[in-house]
Amino acid sequence: MDSNLQNREIAVKISGVKKMYRLGQIGGGTLRGDLESWWARIRGKEDPNTLIGTDQRLMGQTFMALNGIDLTIYKGEAVGIIGGNGAGKSTMLKLLSRVTAPTDGQIDIYGRIASMLEVGTGFHGELTGRENVYMNGAILGMTKAEIDAKMEDIIEFSEVRDFIDTPVKRYSSGMYVKLAFSVAAHLDSEILIMDEVLAVGDMAFQKKCLNRMRDAAQKEGRTVLYVSHNMNTIRQLCDRCIVLDKGRVIFEGDVETAIGIYSGTGISDLPVTYDLFDTQRPSAQHGNDLRIEKLEFLADRRAAFARSEGVSFRITFEARKRITNLKLYFVLKASNGTTVGLVQTLDSITDTEPGKRYTYVFFFDCSNLAEDTYCFSPDLFADDGNGKHWSVDQPVCDIRFKIVDEHPVGLNWNLTYYGNVRLNPVTVVRGGVLHEEG
Amino acid sequence: MANSTQNHHIHISSRHNILELNLKEVWKYRDLIILFTRRSFSLLYKQTILGPAWVFLNPLISSLVYAFVFGGIAGIDTDGVPTVLFYLCSNAIWIFFSSCVTRNANTFTANAAVFGKVYFPRLTIPVSNVLSSFIQFFVQMILVFVFLIFYVIRGQVTPHWEFWVLIPLLLIHLGVLGLGVGVIISSLTTKYRDLAILVTFGIQLWMYVTPIVYPISQIEEGVMRTILMTNPVTAPTEMIRYALLGQGEVLPGYMLLSAAVTVLVMTVGIMIFNKVEKTFMDTV
Repeated sequence: MDSNLQNREIAVKISGVKKMYRLGQIGGGTLRGDLESWWARIRGKEDPNTLIGTDQRLMGQTFMALNGIDLTIYKGEAVGIIGGNGAGKSTMLKLLSRVTAPTDGQIDIYGRIASMLEVGTGFHGELTGRENVYMNGAILGMTKAEIDAKMEDIIEFSEVRDFIDTPVKRYSSGMYVKLAFSVAAHLDSEILIMDEVLAVGDMAFQKKCLNRMRDAAQKEGRTVLYVSHNMNTIRQLCDRCIVLDKGRVIFEGDVETAIGIYSGTGISDLPVTYDLFDTQRPSAQHGNDLRIEKLEFLADRRAAFARSEGVSFRITFEARKRITNLKLYFVLKASNGTTVGLVQTLDSITDTEPGKRYTYVFFFDCSNLAEDTYCFSPDLFADDGNGKHWSVDQPVCDIRFKIVDEHPVGLNWNLTYYGNVRLNPVTVVRGGVLHEEG
Repeated sequence: MANSTQNHHIHISSRHNILELNLKEVWKYRDLIILFTRRSFSLLYKQTILGPAWVFLNPLISSLVYAFVFGGIAGIDTDGVPTVLFYLCSNAIWIFFSSCVTRNANTFTANAAVFGKVYFPRLTIPVSNVLSSFIQFFVQMILVFVFLIFYVIRGQVTPHWEFWVLIPLLLIHLGVLGLGVGVIISSLTTKYRDLAILVTFGIQLWMYVTPIVYPISQIEEGVMRTILMTNPVTAPTEMIRYALLGQGEVLPGYMLLSAAVTVLVMTVGIMIFNKVEKTFMDTV
């Protein structure tokens, strides 16, 4: 412990880590592809299955989930990792937990590591709670003697003492999770890795878990790496924060600044303009008769809008054929990837003439959206007026914008529990004090 | 604490040694191996009326079927060994070997959910599978011994007692061979699922080219016999039966060949396993 004070000891060192994934389905042609690559290697020729260009994040068949990560985490730190979907958070935790290996780069971990990418890994429904504690504990690296010594504490913490000798298939999901978390919370490791596992159990239990983790970091001097979408738990638990975006570290440091950057209030990662002409289309048909060239938000620096003001953007497109009754729709998704709803034009935008370029400004009311970053990809479609419609252009893209609630009213909005839609408030119609009669 | 953490330095990189086994780490997780092994038995006969009795009934019934079909109907000569005893013994050996292969053949695919969330030495699963097969074999051996004692007392069987010391070695030999084959199959099935389907047929076929339902002495000299003898399971099987039942052929040359094949299969198995275990989560 003393050495901690003198000199900050390194707990985890990540240098130049990259992780590449293959897109699309694996199977069928892979054996042939593998043999081709292998044969080419033997002859010292260029691999026919390698795509040209290595610096892009997306290169045809592969995807760089992590694209050169360098990080140093010191002993006793509680570090939060935040970032949008697909930023690489989970991939990073997977690499640290040694579930999969990096494509390039190195990681050095000093100390025993316990990863909780999920609670209750290895739990088997037929086994009793106690048997599962042994199983899960052993999978997480504890010996039988260690589990024996901690069994009492684990049962106590889990609040399921009465059912500990019942098969867990009879447990409610809450009990299951409580027991599972208790095992993980009693691990002796110096480094704890957690992927939103705290989002389990009832409120009281969550608080208990969070306190337990904070104690681990602050009192026991353990290192905690925590990934979450819930900024409140990040604030409560972490003393340093890392923001990931598109497989890179874009910020490292103070928690509030990091959260600010993540939610788009600091430096913006939400561009205003999107060039969509060369963007991929879902099929060769899309973008032939009409091609979307550009989408720009009508905002000055970044795509952020006040909840009360509404969202406006401009789409520029080129028509190559005559299309009647052109309309726009898009599916709005929240930052956690869940679908919020469909936004559509009810009236026709225009009937196009071949060879002409058009530009239209769209506006939609966003007063019913909670504060969050949303994403969509626009779809221009033709409507024959009889319920039949077909898509003419749909660039495959993530157009992102942020809704900021400048004058929050009512309860403090928690996306995890309340969702993304702010329904109309309930109002008091009539009523008053009841008078007992008789 | 500083001391203990220094002992726990983990280095992760994209490069790795293909022959590295890290048995020390597997040993550290020995409690897990025991738990996996225990689980394989405690789950096997859950919700059955007869429960653990099936451990005995299963091989007994299949041995009786073999005795009836191959000994009775087909009339295969078992070199004077009582048919039931012959088939009980052969069956125990074959089930031991084949379960080593089949249990391991789906190591990665069957445990993907666990492997995808937590790191523990992946080798613990194959090792516990082989251990389960060992235990199963010993249980079956109890049955074999009951019959063996009966026939020895009646003077119908004369075991070669001096060879009994070799039995554990032969079992390890078969276990390692089964482990190697199973591990190779499981590593390849992470990418090519076809193999998992072929294993069922493959194992059946393999049984018939191994002297399980017949003694090797029933096969006349020729190409067929050479094929059967080069099968790495043949020599150890004959050897075990030679020791236990006093019937069979001891062929040192083929025994060496079988050992060489086993070493080769195991080495290749470790190489593929090591390569696959690091990144199989991305392809499974």
